[in-house]
Amino acid sequence: MSESPAGHTHEDFALEQRLGTLLRGGVILSASVTLIGGVMYLASHGNVPVSYHTFTGEPAGLRTVGGVIAGVLRGDSISIIQFGVLLLIATPIARVLFSVIGFARERDWMYVACSLLVLALLSYGLVHGG
Amino acid sequence: MHALSFTLITLGGALLAGLVGALTGLGGGVVLVPLLTLGLGVDIRYAIGSSLVCVIATSSGAAAAFVREGFTNIRVGMFLEIATTVGALLGTVLAAYVSSSTLAVIFGIVLMFSAAQSLRQRVEHIAATEPGSLGARLRLASTYPHEGKIVSYGVTRVLAGFAMMFAAGILSALLGIGSGVVKVLAMDRAMHLPYKVSTTTSNFMIGVTAAASAGVYLHRGYVNPVLVMPVVIGVLAGATLGARLLARVHVKPLRMLFTAIMIALAIEMLYQGLTKRI
Repeated sequence: MSESPAGHTHEDFALEQRLGTLLRGGVILSASVTLIGGVMYLASHGNVPVSYHTFTGEPAGLRTVGGVIAGVLRGDSISIIQFGVLLLIATPIARVLFSVIGFARERDWMYVACSLLVLALLSYGLVHGG
Repeated sequence: MHALSFTLITLGGALLAGLVGALTGLGGGVVLVPLLTLGLGVDIRYAIGSSLVCVIATSSGAAAAFVREGFTNIRVGMFLEIATTVGALLGTVLAAYVSSSTLAVIFGIVLMFSAAQSLRQRVEHIAATEPGSLGARLRLASTYPHEGKIVSYGVTRVLAGFAMMFAAGILSALLGIGSGVVKVLAMDRAMHLPYKVSTTTSNFMIGVTAAASAGVYLHRGYVNPVLVMPVVIGVLAGATLGARLLARVHVKPLRMLFTAIMIALAIEMLYQGLTKRI
């Protein structure tokens, strides 16, 4: 028998522990980056008037992975917040990637295929914008 | 309004949304979108973009603990995520053609339905998997810990569950919510998974569903960093506080109060949508 309190196999239990740690770490990391960017922004732009009543859309530099990273390298606080958002969106995607690896270790090819399909759909959304 | 005062007000509202979401078990999105649009006058597209990002944060945070404890069925989740991600990507396409007023009306209906669901009595049914069925071929049956024992369960009506998950994905992308209510219905009622497995697997899936549409909306400029920051931090703090409260105090009267608030928000969303104010 395995050490899983839920009666799952040893391999599934190991995968569940890895996925749990990854999700927790991803949320903590992305929330921290978002908060750091936010404090930096408010320290320098706290008096700037803001309004979200009409939709204007974000500038191109905040809409793509490359644009956000370029902004972070310039030290732009708004780009740092957006980088935190990207890390958050990447967290479930990384979870699916870890599932591919975990199921491959178990030689569970049906679920490797399922996970790869979901990974492809998610990457398509993030890279091509649907 | 200035950035600092707007951030502080939004932070407070998001904290409340996270708290309500955790205590009613419905997640932050269904409360957050009305709060941002009705309360703070935020355009519904910005509200949907921010809400989806929050939904990833709260569901991943909660899912982390449940998956480690073995409640989550990772194979059921992974298989059904095919339906929710395809649904979510389709939802982002539909969102470009649906007016803000129509979105508000759909939101009002879903919110009303969610509030009603949170009041329902739960009936636990544990199914056996039919040999040779889709559930058996996909090896979806598993075990979970219940009252100190390991309980085995099977899965029925996988295709019906899959179809409902597709709908959950569309709604999630259109409205910026996790669609946890529809996901739990699909697993609990259609597939007859145990309730605890249904809710924890729903949580596990919500992050992936929301990530599919959040990626697309980021490209469309729906994600405003200055708005998202207080929303994510507030909702995470509120949800964490809510989870602590759930473990400690008797929340039934609180839950009734919050359900009443949600019904009021639903009526307001319907009214604003039908009169084209949103």
